[in-house]
Amino acid sequence: MTDKHSDTWTVAGRTFSSRLIVGTGKYADYAQNAAAAEAAGAEIVTVALRRVNLSDPSQPMLVDHVKPDRFTYLPNTAGCFTGEDAVRTLRLAREAGGWNLVKLEVLSNTPHLYPDMPETLRALEMLVKDGFDVMVYCTDDVVMARHLEEAGAAAIMPAAAPIGSGLGIQNRVNVRLIVEQAKVPVLVDAGVGTASDAAIAMELGCDAVLMNTAIAEAKDPIRMARAMKHAVIAGREAYLAGRMPKRRYASASSPLSGLI
Amino acid sequence: MQAPPLCYPGPLPRKDAAVLHIQVNGEDRNVTATTLTALVEELGLDPRKVAIERNLEIVPKSLHPTTTLTDGDRIEIVQFVGGG
Repeated sequence: MTDKHSDTWTVAGRTFSSRLIVGTGKYADYAQNAAAAEAAGAEIVTVALRRVNLSDPSQPMLVDHVKPDRFTYLPNTAGCFTGEDAVRTLRLAREAGGWNLVKLEVLSNTPHLYPDMPETLRALEMLVKDGFDVMVYCTDDVVMARHLEEAGAAAIMPAAAPIGSGLGIQNRVNVRLIVEQAKVPVLVDAGVGTASDAAIAMELGCDAVLMNTAIAEAKDPIRMARAMKHAVIAGREAYLAGRMPKRRYASASSPLSGLI
Repeated sequence: MQAPPLCYPGPLPRKDAAVLHIQVNGEDRNVTATTLTALVEELGLDPRKVAIERNLEIVPKSLHPTTTLTDGDRIEIVQFVGGG
Protein backbone atom coordinates (compact mmCIF):
# COMPACT_ATOMS: atom_id res chain seq x y z
CA MET A 1 0.00 0.00 0.00
CA THR A 2 2.96 2.30 0.43
CA ASP A 3 5.32 3.83 -2.08
CA LYS A 4 8.43 4.31 0.02
CA HIS A 5 9.97 6.93 -2.25
CA SER A 6 7.23 9.51 -2.13
CA ASP A 7 5.62 7.86 0.91
CA THR A 8 2.06 8.35 -0.12
CA TRP A 9 -0.74 5.95 0.71
CA THR A 10 -3.59 4.79 -1.44
CA VAL A 11 -7.13 3.81 -0.52
CA ALA A 12 -9.59 2.56 -3.15
CA GLY A 13 -7.46 4.04 -5.94
CA ARG A 14 -7.13 7.48 -4.35
CA THR A 15 -3.66 8.55 -3.29
CA PHE A 16 -2.90 10.88 -0.38
CA SER A 17 0.24 12.39 1.16
CA SER A 18 -1.19 13.26 4.56
CA ARG A 19 -1.62 10.34 6.91
CA LEU A 20 -3.81 12.24 9.32
CA ILE A 21 -7.57 12.26 8.79
CA VAL A 22 -9.48 14.61 11.04
CA GLY A 23 -13.08 14.77 12.14
CA THR A 24 -15.23 17.88 11.97
CA GLY A 25 -17.27 17.45 15.14
CA LYS A 26 -17.12 19.09 18.58
CA TYR A 27 -15.33 22.31 17.54
CA ALA A 28 -16.32 25.70 18.91
CA ASP A 29 -17.34 26.72 15.39
CA TYR A 30 -16.69 25.83 11.77
CA ALA A 31 -13.99 28.50 11.42
CA GLN A 32 -11.92 26.88 14.19
CA ASN A 33 -12.66 23.52 12.61
CA ALA A 34 -11.29 24.65 9.25
CA ALA A 35 -8.20 26.19 10.86
CA ALA A 36 -7.52 22.93 12.75
CA ALA A 37 -7.89 20.83 9.61
CA GLU A 38 -5.41 23.12 7.84
CA ALA A 39 -2.96 23.01 10.77
CA ALA A 40 -3.20 19.20 10.79
CA GLY A 41 -2.26 19.16 7.12
CA ALA A 42 -5.26 16.91 6.55
CA GLU A 43 -6.43 16.02 3.06
CA ILE A 44 -9.44 14.02 4.22
CA VAL A 45 -12.08 15.08 6.75
CA THR A 46 -14.93 12.99 8.09
CA VAL A 47 -18.39 14.52 7.89
CA ALA A 48 -21.87 13.54 9.03
CA LEU A 49 -25.20 13.86 7.26
CA ARG A 50 -28.14 15.44 9.09
CA ARG A 51 -31.47 17.13 8.44
CA VAL A 52 -31.20 20.80 7.46
CA ASN A 53 -32.35 23.32 10.05
CA LEU A 54 -35.72 24.47 8.71
CA SER A 55 -36.32 27.02 11.46
CA ASP A 56 -33.10 28.89 10.65
CA PRO A 57 -31.82 28.19 7.13
CA SER A 58 -29.22 30.97 7.47
CA GLN A 59 -27.16 29.04 10.07
CA PRO A 60 -23.49 28.52 9.14
CA MET A 61 -22.86 25.48 6.99
CA LEU A 62 -19.90 23.12 7.08
CA VAL A 63 -19.35 23.29 3.30
CA ASP A 64 -18.81 27.07 3.51
CA HIS A 65 -15.88 26.68 5.93
CA VAL A 66 -14.35 23.24 5.53
CA LYS A 67 -14.59 23.36 1.78
CA PRO A 68 -15.17 20.25 -0.26
CA ASP A 69 -12.87 21.51 -3.03
CA ARG A 70 -10.01 21.69 -0.51
CA PHE A 71 -10.68 18.52 1.50
CA THR A 72 -11.88 15.08 0.46
CA TYR A 73 -15.09 14.51 2.38
CA LEU A 74 -15.43 11.13 4.02
CA PRO A 75 -19.13 10.84 4.91
CA ASN A 76 -19.78 8.70 7.96
CA THR A 77 -22.77 6.71 9.18
CA ALA A 78 -22.72 8.01 12.75
CA GLY A 79 -26.08 7.41 14.39
CA CYS A 80 -26.89 4.37 12.24
CA PHE A 81 -27.58 1.14 14.05
CA THR A 82 -28.52 -1.08 11.10
CA GLY A 83 -27.22 -1.82 7.64
CA GLU A 84 -30.36 -0.32 6.11
CA ASP A 85 -29.81 2.97 7.97
CA ALA A 86 -26.20 3.08 6.81
CA VAL A 87 -27.07 2.46 3.16
CA ARG A 88 -29.83 5.10 3.24
CA THR A 89 -27.52 7.68 4.84
CA LEU A 90 -24.61 7.10 2.47
CA ARG A 91 -26.81 7.12 -0.62
CA LEU A 92 -27.98 10.57 0.45
CA ALA A 93 -24.36 11.61 1.07
CA ARG A 94 -23.46 10.41 -2.41
CA GLU A 95 -26.30 12.47 -3.84
CA ALA A 96 -25.34 15.52 -1.74
CA GLY A 97 -21.72 15.63 -2.82
CA GLY A 98 -20.92 12.75 -5.11
CA TRP A 99 -18.70 11.16 -2.45
CA ASN A 100 -18.25 7.45 -3.05
CA LEU A 101 -15.48 6.86 -0.51
CA VAL A 102 -17.24 6.49 2.83
CA LYS A 103 -16.70 5.60 6.46
CA LEU A 104 -18.95 2.89 7.80
CA GLU A 105 -19.61 2.90 11.51
CA VAL A 106 -22.42 0.85 12.97
CA LEU A 107 -22.19 1.34 16.69
CA SER A 108 -23.68 -0.65 19.52
CA ASN A 109 -26.14 1.21 21.69
CA THR A 110 -23.84 1.03 24.72
CA PRO A 111 -21.83 3.47 26.88
CA HIS A 112 -18.59 2.35 25.19
CA LEU A 113 -20.02 2.75 21.66
CA TYR A 114 -17.90 -0.11 20.34
CA PRO A 115 -18.98 -1.16 16.85
CA ASP A 116 -21.63 -3.84 16.43
CA MET A 117 -19.50 -6.09 14.27
CA PRO A 118 -22.06 -8.57 12.87
CA GLU A 119 -24.22 -5.63 11.76
CA THR A 120 -21.15 -3.76 10.48
CA LEU A 121 -20.23 -6.72 8.30
CA ARG A 122 -23.79 -6.96 6.97
CA ALA A 123 -23.85 -3.22 6.21
CA LEU A 124 -20.47 -3.49 4.48
CA GLU A 125 -21.78 -6.20 2.17
CA MET A 126 -24.80 -4.05 1.29
CA LEU A 127 -22.65 -0.98 0.60
CA VAL A 128 -20.11 -2.86 -1.52
CA LYS A 129 -22.98 -4.23 -3.59
CA ASP A 130 -24.19 -0.65 -4.04
CA GLY A 131 -20.83 0.49 -5.43
CA PHE A 132 -19.35 2.28 -2.42
CA ASP A 133 -15.67 2.22 -1.41
CA VAL A 134 -15.99 1.54 2.29
CA MET A 135 -13.51 2.34 5.04
CA VAL A 136 -14.73 0.34 8.02
CA TYR A 137 -14.60 1.38 11.66
CA CYS A 138 -14.24 -1.82 13.67
CA THR A 139 -13.09 -3.41 16.88
CA ASP A 140 -9.45 -4.53 17.07
CA ASP A 141 -10.47 -8.15 16.48
CA VAL A 142 -7.95 -9.63 14.07
CA VAL A 143 -10.26 -12.34 12.71
CA MET A 144 -13.12 -9.91 12.20
CA ALA A 145 -10.71 -7.60 10.36
CA ARG A 146 -10.02 -10.42 7.92
CA HIS A 147 -13.74 -11.02 7.38
CA LEU A 148 -14.15 -7.31 6.59
CA GLU A 149 -11.34 -7.42 4.09
CA GLU A 150 -12.79 -10.51 2.43
CA ALA A 151 -16.13 -8.71 2.18
CA GLY A 152 -14.48 -5.91 0.22
CA ALA A 153 -13.51 -3.27 2.80
CA ALA A 154 -11.35 -0.53 1.26
CA ALA A 155 -9.66 0.08 4.63
CA ILE A 156 -9.71 -1.45 8.09
CA MET A 157 -10.05 1.09 10.89
CA PRO A 158 -9.83 -0.47 14.35
CA ALA A 159 -10.69 1.53 17.44
CA ALA A 160 -7.66 1.86 19.68
CA ALA A 161 -9.95 2.74 22.62
CA PRO A 162 -13.58 3.91 22.92
CA ILE A 163 -14.56 6.90 20.75
CA GLY A 164 -13.71 10.20 22.40
CA SER A 165 -12.04 8.51 25.39
CA GLY A 166 -8.49 9.69 24.64
CA LEU A 167 -7.14 6.56 26.33
CA GLY A 168 -4.56 5.82 23.63
CA ILE A 169 -3.64 2.53 21.95
CA GLN A 170 -4.96 -0.12 24.33
CA ASN A 171 -3.94 -3.23 22.41
CA ARG A 172 -0.78 -2.77 20.39
CA VAL A 173 -0.51 -6.49 19.74
CA ASN A 174 -3.86 -6.63 17.95
CA VAL A 175 -3.28 -3.45 15.96
CA ARG A 176 0.05 -4.84 14.80
CA LEU A 177 -1.48 -8.22 13.91
CA ILE A 178 -4.17 -6.47 11.88
CA VAL A 179 -1.50 -4.42 10.06
CA GLU A 180 0.54 -7.54 9.25
CA GLN A 181 -2.48 -9.39 7.94
CA ALA A 182 -4.12 -6.66 5.88
CA LYS A 183 -3.64 -6.02 2.17
CA VAL A 184 -5.71 -2.82 2.40
CA PRO A 185 -4.77 0.25 4.46
CA VAL A 186 -5.15 0.04 8.23
CA LEU A 187 -5.96 3.18 10.21
CA VAL A 188 -6.34 3.63 13.93
CA ASP A 189 -9.71 5.33 14.28
CA ALA A 190 -10.81 6.48 17.73
CA GLY A 191 -9.02 6.44 21.05
CA VAL A 192 -6.09 8.74 20.35
CA GLY A 193 -5.68 11.28 23.17
CA THR A 194 -2.40 13.03 22.52
CA ALA A 195 0.49 13.20 20.10
CA SER A 196 2.41 10.18 21.44
CA ASP A 197 -0.65 7.98 20.85
CA ALA A 198 -0.67 8.97 17.17
CA ALA A 199 3.06 8.30 16.91
CA ILE A 200 2.60 4.83 18.44
CA ALA A 201 -0.16 4.01 15.95
CA MET A 202 2.16 4.93 13.09
CA GLU A 203 5.13 3.07 14.63
CA LEU A 204 2.95 -0.03 14.65
CA GLY A 205 2.76 0.27 10.87
CA CYS A 206 -0.66 1.84 10.41
CA ASP A 207 -1.13 3.65 7.11
CA ALA A 208 -2.84 6.62 8.74
CA VAL A 209 -4.65 7.80 11.85
CA LEU A 210 -8.16 9.22 12.15
CA MET A 211 -9.03 11.44 15.08
CA ASN A 212 -11.50 14.10 16.15
CA THR A 213 -11.84 14.66 19.90
CA ALA A 214 -8.10 14.71 20.64
CA ILE A 215 -7.83 17.88 18.56
CA ALA A 216 -11.27 19.41 19.08
CA GLU A 217 -11.19 19.11 22.88
CA ALA A 218 -7.59 20.23 23.38
CA LYS A 219 -7.28 23.58 25.15
CA ASP A 220 -5.67 24.91 21.98
CA PRO A 221 -7.08 22.83 19.11
CA ILE A 222 -4.99 24.49 16.40
CA ARG A 223 -1.77 23.81 18.27
CA MET A 224 -2.81 20.21 18.97
CA ALA A 225 -3.63 19.76 15.29
CA ARG A 226 -0.09 20.83 14.50
CA ALA A 227 1.30 18.49 17.16
CA MET A 228 -0.66 15.59 15.67
CA LYS A 229 0.65 16.36 12.22
CA HIS A 230 4.24 16.15 13.49
CA ALA A 231 3.49 13.05 15.59
CA VAL A 232 2.07 11.17 12.62
CA ILE A 233 5.08 12.12 10.51
CA ALA A 234 7.48 11.17 13.34
CA GLY A 235 5.79 7.82 13.91
CA ARG A 236 5.77 7.06 10.21
CA GLU A 237 9.42 7.99 9.78
CA ALA A 238 10.40 5.87 12.79
CA TYR A 239 8.46 2.93 11.37
CA LEU A 240 10.19 3.25 8.00
CA ALA A 241 13.60 3.80 9.61
CA GLY A 242 13.27 0.58 11.62
CA ARG A 243 13.85 0.89 15.32
CA MET A 244 16.90 -0.50 17.14
CA PRO A 245 16.54 -3.83 18.92
CA LYS A 246 15.64 -3.76 22.61
CA ARG A 247 18.31 -5.02 25.04
CA ARG A 248 18.07 -6.01 28.67
CA TYR A 249 21.33 -4.28 29.66
CA ALA A 250 23.26 -1.13 28.82
CA SER A 251 25.36 -0.68 25.72
CA ALA A 252 27.77 2.25 26.10
CA SER A 253 27.64 4.87 23.37
CA SER A 254 31.21 6.14 23.87
CA PRO A 255 34.29 3.96 23.07
CA LEU A 256 35.51 1.86 25.98
CA SER A 257 39.12 1.89 24.65
CA GLY A 258 41.57 4.85 24.81
CA LEU A 259 40.54 5.91 28.27
CA ILE A 260 43.08 8.18 30.05
CA MET B 1 -58.42 17.14 -1.88
CA GLN B 2 -57.97 14.66 -4.65
CA ALA B 3 -54.39 13.48 -5.10
CA PRO B 4 -52.98 14.30 -8.53
CA PRO B 5 -51.61 11.44 -10.64
CA LEU B 6 -48.03 10.49 -9.79
CA CYS B 7 -46.34 11.40 -13.06
CA TYR B 8 -46.50 14.59 -15.09
CA PRO B 9 -44.39 15.50 -18.10
CA GLY B 10 -43.37 18.71 -16.33
CA PRO B 11 -44.10 20.88 -13.30
CA LEU B 12 -47.73 21.25 -12.32
CA PRO B 13 -49.32 24.57 -13.23
CA ARG B 14 -49.29 26.61 -10.04
CA LYS B 15 -52.64 27.53 -8.60
CA ASP B 16 -52.54 30.51 -6.26
CA ALA B 17 -54.84 29.03 -3.67
CA ALA B 18 -53.40 25.54 -3.76
CA VAL B 19 -51.76 24.39 -0.56
CA LEU B 20 -50.21 20.97 -0.14
CA HIS B 21 -50.00 19.24 3.21
CA ILE B 22 -46.68 17.46 3.39
CA GLN B 23 -44.09 16.41 5.93
CA VAL B 24 -40.59 17.92 5.75
CA ASN B 25 -37.92 16.46 8.03
CA GLY B 26 -40.61 15.01 10.25
CA GLU B 27 -42.58 18.27 10.60
CA ASP B 28 -46.05 18.78 9.15
CA ARG B 29 -46.09 21.71 6.75
CA ASN B 30 -48.45 23.46 4.38
CA VAL B 31 -46.62 24.57 1.28
CA THR B 32 -47.55 26.33 -1.95
CA ALA B 33 -44.61 24.85 -3.85
CA THR B 34 -45.55 22.14 -6.31
CA THR B 35 -42.08 20.90 -7.21
CA LEU B 36 -38.98 20.01 -5.17
CA THR B 37 -37.09 22.96 -6.64
CA ALA B 38 -39.87 25.32 -5.57
CA LEU B 39 -39.99 23.70 -2.12
CA VAL B 40 -36.26 24.23 -1.54
CA GLU B 41 -36.72 27.86 -2.56
CA GLU B 42 -39.79 28.28 -0.35
CA LEU B 43 -37.83 26.95 2.64
CA GLY B 44 -34.97 29.38 1.95
CA LEU B 45 -32.37 26.65 1.35
CA ASP B 46 -29.43 26.60 -1.05
CA PRO B 47 -30.24 23.87 -3.58
CA ARG B 48 -26.53 23.19 -4.21
CA LYS B 49 -25.93 22.16 -0.60
CA VAL B 50 -28.73 19.71 0.10
CA ALA B 51 -29.86 16.24 -0.89
CA ILE B 52 -33.51 15.24 -0.97
CA GLU B 53 -35.42 12.05 -0.33
CA ARG B 54 -39.10 11.83 -1.28
CA ASN B 55 -41.06 9.02 0.34
CA LEU B 56 -37.79 7.18 1.15
CA GLU B 57 -36.49 7.46 -2.43
CA ILE B 58 -33.57 9.72 -3.29
CA VAL B 59 -34.40 12.26 -5.95
CA PRO B 60 -31.31 13.23 -8.00
CA LYS B 61 -30.70 16.99 -8.24
CA SER B 62 -31.36 16.93 -11.99
CA LEU B 63 -34.92 15.77 -11.32
CA HIS B 64 -35.81 18.36 -8.65
CA PRO B 65 -37.43 20.79 -11.14
CA THR B 66 -39.70 18.12 -12.60
CA THR B 67 -40.53 16.20 -9.42
CA THR B 68 -44.02 17.22 -8.37
CA LEU B 69 -45.20 17.21 -4.78
CA THR B 70 -48.26 15.29 -3.74
CA ASP B 71 -50.39 15.65 -0.63
CA GLY B 72 -48.99 13.50 2.15
CA ASP B 73 -45.46 13.34 0.71
CA ARG B 74 -42.74 12.72 3.25
CA ILE B 75 -39.69 14.77 2.31
CA GLU B 76 -36.25 14.59 3.92
CA ILE B 77 -33.79 17.39 3.18
CA VAL B 78 -30.27 16.79 4.46
CA GLN B 79 -26.86 18.43 4.41
CA PHE B 80 -23.31 17.73 5.58
CA VAL B 81 -22.51 18.73 9.16
CA GLY B 82 -19.48 18.28 11.37
CA GLY B 83 -18.85 14.72 12.51
CA GLY B 84 -16.10 12.29 13.44
